[in-house]
Amino acid sequence: MATLSEAESKRRLAAHGVPLLDERTAASPDAAAAAAAEIGFPVVVKLCGDAIAHTTERGLVRLNLADVAAVRSAGAELFAKATPDDGPVELLVAPMVRGTRELIAGLVRDPQFGPCVMLGIGGVLAEAIADVQIRLVPIDRVDADEMIDQLATQALLGTFRGEPAVDREALGAVLLGLSALAEQDPTITSVDLNPLIVSPADGRPLAVDALVEVAS
Amino acid sequence: MSGAPRPGLAFDALFAPKGVVVAGASSHPGKFGFVALHNLLASGYTGAVAATNRERVDVLGVRSVADIDDLDADTYDLVFVCTPASANLDLLRACARKGIRAAFITSAGYGEAGEAGRAAERELVALADELGILLAGPNGQGVVSTPANLCAQIVAPFPPVGHIGVASQSGNFVSSFLNLARATGVGVSRAVSAGNAAAVGVVDYLEYYADDSHTAVGLAYLEGVTDGRGLYERLVRIAAKKPLVLLKGGATAGGARAAASHTGSLAADDRVFDGMCRQAGITRATNVEDAFEAAATFATQPRPNGPRTIVVTTAGGWGVVTADAITRSELELASLPDDLRAEIDEKLPPRWSRSNPIDLAGGETRDTIPEVLALVADHPDVDAIVYLGLGIQSNQARLMRAGRFYPDHGLERIVAYHERQDARFAECAAAVSASSGKPILTATELAIADPDNAGPAAVRESGRLCYASADRAVRALEHLWRDSRHRARRGR
Repeated sequence: MATLSEAESKRRLAAHGVPLLDERTAASPDAAAAAAAEIGFPVVVKLCGDAIAHTTERGLVRLNLADVAAVRSAGAELFAKATPDDGPVELLVAPMVRGTRELIAGLVRDPQFGPCVMLGIGGVLAEAIADVQIRLVPIDRVDADEMIDQLATQALLGTFRGEPAVDREALGAVLLGLSALAEQDPTITSVDLNPLIVSPADGRPLAVDALVEVAS
Repeated sequence: MSGAPRPGLAFDALFAPKGVVVAGASSHPGKFGFVALHNLLASGYTGAVAATNRERVDVLGVRSVADIDDLDADTYDLVFVCTPASANLDLLRACARKGIRAAFITSAGYGEAGEAGRAAERELVALADELGILLAGPNGQGVVSTPANLCAQIVAPFPPVGHIGVASQSGNFVSSFLNLARATGVGVSRAVSAGNAAAVGVVDYLEYYADDSHTAVGLAYLEGVTDGRGLYERLVRIAAKKPLVLLKGGATAGGARAAASHTGSLAADDRVFDGMCRQAGITRATNVEDAFEAAATFATQPRPNGPRTIVVTTAGGWGVVTADAITRSELELASLPDDLRAEIDEKLPPRWSRSNPIDLAGGETRDTIPEVLALVADHPDVDAIVYLGLGIQSNQARLMRAGRFYPDHGLERIVAYHERQDARFAECAAAVSASSGKPILTATELAIADPDNAGPAAVRESGRLCYASADRAVRALEHLWRDSRHRARRGR
């Protein structure tokens, strides 16, 4: 089993309609600062590489950077944290997205039933809430809609604290994209879109982080 | 549970045999070899019956022979095997020579009995395949087929005739479902305990039921899953043909450990299994009552075309609790249409609820309940009805009949009236349901508190289930609605 880098993971997912942020890779702190200026502030900067799976746990993420100087110094700090085991590394610059609601979506490979599409309520309480729907690949539009409808925490999917309802059409498209990806590429053993933030602007889901594992 | 389908198996020989041989019949009424023959004869099987017994003793008036070879050829097509495992290979060969095409093996000492048992089981399966014999079991409790009056099992009971097809990985669940069939009067078409399922498994039986004209709904107990993907693909095809109700053991960590020691099953991720059921359109039940009542409802009620449910009740509190149950479910507590409210206003004094639940509030006279049920069922914005309050008057009648004043003081006449009325209401619920094509579920705890009450008794007589509580009726109706919705969304 091998983990693809965040950038490569997202490239594969983008090809299947998973909504991703407008993010850039940068080989140096200066390049990161230039990219950030293009994207618009505030931004997130992460250290990214094929051997790096858990950026948050290792403190390789800098959030809410407000200007060019902040990006440049964060980039330099992150490069300094890379270890020889990490192999080639680069910076990932992405717009800072805030949303009250987080979902999780992905692909899992069940030992009995094979590849499955998963959708759940995300966020820090996700494991405790354990509100998850799973279907076997391939799913169709009806299955995708039912996965969304059958989450128990429906109150979180409607209009919520001044934010619009989750765009079910767009969320269903993410699930269908995951199913299509699993069908097209049987080497993929798992996909983890965590978090899938519900945009406070239009209710569309946005994959802020993405991890793809492939059979080696 | 899965494996590839096994087309061309002689299920007709198992479920509708022209003759049955009990191999290893015993004259001792405590032995399986006696009980099997007893149950077969006592339940009214009319085909040819023979028995083998090494001492050639007569058992229950059946002249037994020492060997299968001593029987007429082409007279029997099912052998019910109670002999020790060591005798069964020769037995199967002899059976094949006589034209027997199906064997139900109750004998233990196979896959459940260590490596030697597993080897014996593989040998048995290979021989049956070579001989073209359908091999049910081994280590199973038996097979029931009501269209053939066939009760070939080493346990009771023989259920009433009906349209539920039962298949189980655990024999005792067959008995549970058959006992519930007897208790409720909602009958069974076929039932089989798969035992070790060495050659023919639960899904094979369900595939047969899917095309069986006597079976309206499949009802299965599953424990283990081996080839999950193959299982899914087969269950999708089965559930597309008719409703399928599944009870799955080992849904929790504790249950999965128990399943591992019971059938050696690997635990399946229950969230995946549950999603698979949703996707395939399988009705997944949470317990044995839920499973049976879902199947009984599929077998006896029209399917709802939508979720809009109306409660008709003679008492307010029941209606409130039922409204809660409907609201918690995927059904919809319909708002009472204005024109329907106006029509009911004509039938009742103004104290009735004038909303859903329709609480008659004691304002009903002789014909009110049948009239209101018909008005509600015939309204185009109503998909289903839950009817509460049946049997109250007959319950009073029971006390009157048992009391020391009966039959004087006008009691005889009023008791007869109450019982006639409750029977009429139950008949009306069934008739209106049939004519409108909409489910009407009648619920009262009298179904179990006093099954002889004229109300529940008449529901049973109508062939339908009298639900022991409104919650159970709502749950069963929700299963029906989910099934209808699944089919409608997928154009089935």
